[in-house]
Amino acid sequence: MTALLEVKNLTKAFVGLVAVNDVSFSLQAGRITALIGPNGAGKTTCFNLVAGALRPTAGQVLFEGGLLEREPPEAVCRMGIARTFQIVRPMKDMSVLENAMVGAFSWTTNVKEARDKAYESLENVGLAGKANARTDQLTLPDRKMLEMAKALSTRPKLLLLDEVMAGLRPTEAAGVVGVLHRLAESGLTILLVEHVMRIVMEVASTVVVLHHGAKIAEGKPSEVVADPAVLESYLGAGFHA
Amino acid sequence: MQRTSDQASDTKRWGAGALVFAALAMVGGMSNAYVISLLTIVLLFTFLGQSWNLMLGIGGQLSIGHALFVGIGAYAVAILNIKYGVTPWIGLLLGAVIAGFVGAVLAWLSFRFEVRGIYFALLTIAAAEFARIMFGGWDYVGGMQGLFYQAPSGTMDLGMLRGDARFYYFVALALAAIGVAGTELISRSYWGYVWRAMRDDDEAARALGVRTFRHKVLVVSISAATAAIGGGVLGLVQGAIFPDSIMGMAISVDVLIGPVVGGLGTAFGPLVGSMAAIPLHHAMGALGDSLGLPGLNSVAYGAVLILVVWFLPDGIWPAIVRLYGAIQLPARGRISQLRKAEE
Repeated sequence: MTALLEVKNLTKAFVGLVAVNDVSFSLQAGRITALIGPNGAGKTTCFNLVAGALRPTAGQVLFEGGLLEREPPEAVCRMGIARTFQIVRPMKDMSVLENAMVGAFSWTTNVKEARDKAYESLENVGLAGKANARTDQLTLPDRKMLEMAKALSTRPKLLLLDEVMAGLRPTEAAGVVGVLHRLAESGLTILLVEHVMRIVMEVASTVVVLHHGAKIAEGKPSEVVADPAVLESYLGAGFHA
Repeated sequence: MQRTSDQASDTKRWGAGALVFAALAMVGGMSNAYVISLLTIVLLFTFLGQSWNLMLGIGGQLSIGHALFVGIGAYAVAILNIKYGVTPWIGLLLGAVIAGFVGAVLAWLSFRFEVRGIYFALLTIAAAEFARIMFGGWDYVGGMQGLFYQAPSGTMDLGMLRGDARFYYFVALALAAIGVAGTELISRSYWGYVWRAMRDDDEAARALGVRTFRHKVLVVSISAATAAIGGGVLGLVQGAIFPDSIMGMAISVDVLIGPVVGGLGTAFGPLVGSMAAIPLHHAMGALGDSLGLPGLNSVAYGAVLILVVWFLPDGIWPAIVRLYGAIQLPARGRISQLRKAEE
């Protein structure tokens, strides 16, 4: 099994705070990996380091064996790593279809090709019927799906999803789970930062647990939830299942 | 199915545009000299407004110093033609190249050092004012006394771009048509999509692989080059150019009033806005003169800007489109279309 992305001894220090401390993990191609942890654990910082939005203080990120170093976000995207934002960011004066087209222009300058790809991405997340809608006509779950469609249009090898389930009702989240499974089956590698444990248990094949910026556990979801260190980080010391 | 409805509205837009310009061409055939010269200015500023619109309305970069590029174009044409007898066609081309280069350098330096948004706009004012003062002190180009074209002989000469008022009306009309069609084409091209994306959200666009830095430099450069072409023709129409008039703040404001009033980022906005604002400006100027109230025209400009920003923040053209859409769809149609959008 090959690792698509390897994170080695990654550290990010802000003034007075080490947000990510010596974290290592790797992502297997075609699998869904979840990065979890309590609030302030450094999940989003870690995510932003991989996406190129932040630069690490120390450590390395290797993508397909090559070092990602000081690459601006647009270059990271063009290498095949697409991301979504925790707070949805549609291009507000562009239609749903046009939003989904933008990512395709990272690999083509042909408008028709971009439009076809955008329809395909929207189809993948179940938004094709709303292609001509304005983004402010979309519900929150639809906007989250649009974020994914935008990212999918870039033809990523690796998809980074930042709290894509946050704020969704269980039935809506179930829909997203279905989409994620389909995408993984088609060969896409996914890293998700997630809060909602139940979802993580359902979709992830591997879970990486962060606490105070450090990795405290890694493994299958069923193993991780039985880990005393993980329980302690979520529920406090003295709790034993 | 959605695609066919796209095509239908495309045909409608292009048809409407063709009709408007056909009507304007007929106006050029019959009206009196005053209307012709006023409309010539309106159409020239439609073209200049499109150039500015491209940069802010589509590319998201604000310039309040477009007079810089207008002036470069005007001087390039005038220097070559008046001093060396070179055809304005060459001058227009050269002016566009120089302005495009100046715009690119300005944008490159600015965005390279993270000078963005309103600070970039301030930089464009500074650059325009710098150029105005420089040209004013430069004897070779006539300093503050400016440059004068020979009075036109009256015979039309397309090769030297000389002719009577009616000739320039049609030149301006052609430019305006190119401006409107060009904006429409660009906004639906690869450039248009990525420019609108970076206009709406720079960081999100970068995350989708848009190289926003080079696209910002590109849009400023193209806007500058097209402004120079408009400037070159404006100089020819006015018959003389002076640094204070062709590179002054007033030109920068005149350039942006059309798109702001008419509708930012739209193909027809600058035409509608120029049609509304420039004749008003002239009428108020004349009224002010006869009443002994100089500056009444500027007050009118200010009032129009305030009214539009207050009541029609998107501009006049989008408001017309909304109104037309509301009239066209009977109530039931509107509801069923909403339903369709929901599904």
